[in-house]
Amino acid sequence: MATRVMMPQLGESVVEGTVTKWLRAEGEGIREFEPLVEINTDKVDTEVPSPASGTVLKVYVSEGQTVRAGTLLAMIGQPGEVVIDPAPEATSAVQAAVEPSQAHTGRVPAQTTDATPVRDLGFISPVVAKLAAEHKLDLAQVRGTGAGGRITKKDVLAHLERPRASAAPDVPAWERPGEGDLFRPTELQFGQAMAIEVARGPEARPLVPGMLVPHTPMRRQIAEHMLRSVRTAAHVTTVMEADMSAVVAHRHANKDLFEREGISLTFTAYFVAASAAALRAHPLVNSTWGEEGVQLQRPVHIGLAVSLGEEGLIVPVLRDAEQKSLRRLAAEVSDLARRARARQLTPEEVRGGTFTITNHGVGGSLFATPIISQPQSAILGVGAIQKRAVVVGDAIAIRPMVYLSLTFDHRLLDGASADAFLATIVATLEKGAF
Amino acid sequence: MPEMTMVEAIRLAMDEELARDERVFIVGEDVGRRGGVFRATQGLFAKYGEKRVIDSPLAELSIVGVGIGAALYGLRPICEIQFADFIHPAFNQIVSEAAKMCYRSGGEWTVPLVIRAPYGGGIGGGLYHSQSLEAFFAHVPGLKVVIPSTPQDARGLLKSAVRDPNPVLFFEPKKGYRLIRGPVTEDEGLVPIGPAHVTREGSDLSLFAYGMMHHYALQAAEIVSGEGIRAEVVDLRTLYPPDRATIVASVRKTGKALIVHEDNLTGGYGAEIAAILADEAFTDLDAPVRRLCGPDIPAVPFSHPLQDWFMPNPNKIAQAMRELAAY
Repeated sequence: MATRVMMPQLGESVVEGTVTKWLRAEGEGIREFEPLVEINTDKVDTEVPSPASGTVLKVYVSEGQTVRAGTLLAMIGQPGEVVIDPAPEATSAVQAAVEPSQAHTGRVPAQTTDATPVRDLGFISPVVAKLAAEHKLDLAQVRGTGAGGRITKKDVLAHLERPRASAAPDVPAWERPGEGDLFRPTELQFGQAMAIEVARGPEARPLVPGMLVPHTPMRRQIAEHMLRSVRTAAHVTTVMEADMSAVVAHRHANKDLFEREGISLTFTAYFVAASAAALRAHPLVNSTWGEEGVQLQRPVHIGLAVSLGEEGLIVPVLRDAEQKSLRRLAAEVSDLARRARARQLTPEEVRGGTFTITNHGVGGSLFATPIISQPQSAILGVGAIQKRAVVVGDAIAIRPMVYLSLTFDHRLLDGASADAFLATIVATLEKGAF
Repeated sequence: MPEMTMVEAIRLAMDEELARDERVFIVGEDVGRRGGVFRATQGLFAKYGEKRVIDSPLAELSIVGVGIGAALYGLRPICEIQFADFIHPAFNQIVSEAAKMCYRSGGEWTVPLVIRAPYGGGIGGGLYHSQSLEAFFAHVPGLKVVIPSTPQDARGLLKSAVRDPNPVLFFEPKKGYRLIRGPVTEDEGLVPIGPAHVTREGSDLSLFAYGMMHHYALQAAEIVSGEGIRAEVVDLRTLYPPDRATIVASVRKTGKALIVHEDNLTGGYGAEIAAILADEAFTDLDAPVRRLCGPDIPAVPFSHPLQDWFMPNPNKIAQAMRELAAY
């Protein structure tokens, strides 16, 4: 019997994905766990490994097509095996009828013979544990419908009450509980360790001189985007420095207060607040170049570049930043950064930025010439905050200083307007009124 | 079966008890000639006279103190505290005297006293006319704490309170005084102090509430029933002593619990329910026990938008139910 390949659900709110590339064509052979297809949900990209060894019998979804999670993508099996045709939506009844009769002649399904990887069952609540013990139930057989795929009491009861032999014909085979592994997100299907490996790609492998590091989807996307931006916009970078004394004092005075509410007050929050204020004062910077004119954006959505190590970076977007208090900004900055590193961002959270901040100072960089995230018109680079000797009045003082690099698109902003914008950020930071 | 409001049912209960037992009398601020600020005692002064419906000075300590003394001498006082917010001067009388009398006299003396106090927010009353104080008193063995949510229960529980040999704190949800109407049976209608009441059966989660919040809980359960969430609603009615059996039985069935009260979260009565469930229903839980309560700020704000922010309401409860159901 042929094995189905389904579109996995790549996150809690991700309900669909796009097939970007088939790595095996129909008729080609493949081994279990070998990458079969690349799929993409905005910035969350992954490869779907083959659930079985065999031949790609049939591909149902062509490259570029977007389908819902749980949709049948392909069938893997032995050459000559009968596969479902035509479109998968219309075949539930056909499939239910065809499969049992083939079970004794065809190949035994891979998911029951091969050593099934241990599934991460997630949190088991006290009542679920009790019910499982009472009914001597293997929880791995129960399909979880709770938050994050958790197995709920209802799921256990439904599992216990489900019809034993054949499921109702109107339920597609892949919707039935008990054989649900394939239809769960990849990271759940193959356990957490596998998920990390899949997500992190080359980072997990040691880099040996001479080896070829294959591109991950994220790396390809970064490369494509950066080149496109450089080709599109007329990049100019301007640099100013800001005296961070007021910010440092404000942060010192409020850090513990925020901490008590569970909010980590980072410097980034101040740069977001200052940028939001400046974007409101200089609407031309919060805009997009178009053939007909410059489209000013209504909301101020600020992207924050978060490094994921060698794998690349991701830019979660802090929405409506100009309407939010420092407290709220600080809370959202830490939340977005934490979830970005944990790969828990939803596609909506990495879309729609109107301006971007990159904090290259964390690595010690003083100033940089960042590349604009298209279709925005500017990006702010924040350098390392360092104590430096500066002239204040006619005296030399020690002050915490930072270089701020603004790369802007010279098509729509000129030096004067870009500098005025950057000067507003500097003034806001130096005034320290948050 | 006549229909009446909460406040009418409370008045009816007092009227019936005054008529039934000549030892019963009412004492409180403006309860006599004026009929009480909420008109709970309207007409009783004219009917029973100034010796049985007594206008007191503005001194809560003395209202309760007089009540305790009279009770020890064999009378059945009903003390009215105009707003629960003003009960604090009488705290010592209630907790140190009334609650302990039976215990410290080895059962020889009891204080058959009822203290009625309108409580709760959502009426634009601001800081000093909106408080919920049940948690303070539900901590005190020797007291009984009762909060009705329907006219029938208000009448039946108040009559039981008057006949109880020990002190009963009877908190009345004042927002519901005229808002809540319902049938009241024509029989004696006694409702025992103690048992909670399952007012809506469900299988997905249990909602525990009392007073005005019980009505909001029922409305919220109705809202989410259209989304396939079947909530069980329990009106606690008697907070102290708590009806552990009903509380635990409900969660044994549903596996999930949401407790709603307008009193502050921390140290509120919901904490006790949560503790009972953690202790006695641990292996039946399918989700964390959740509380939807007033926030931990010193008082219900006067500003209307802030009051709305403070108060639980059917939509907030429905949202909490959705989250808990999806857990």
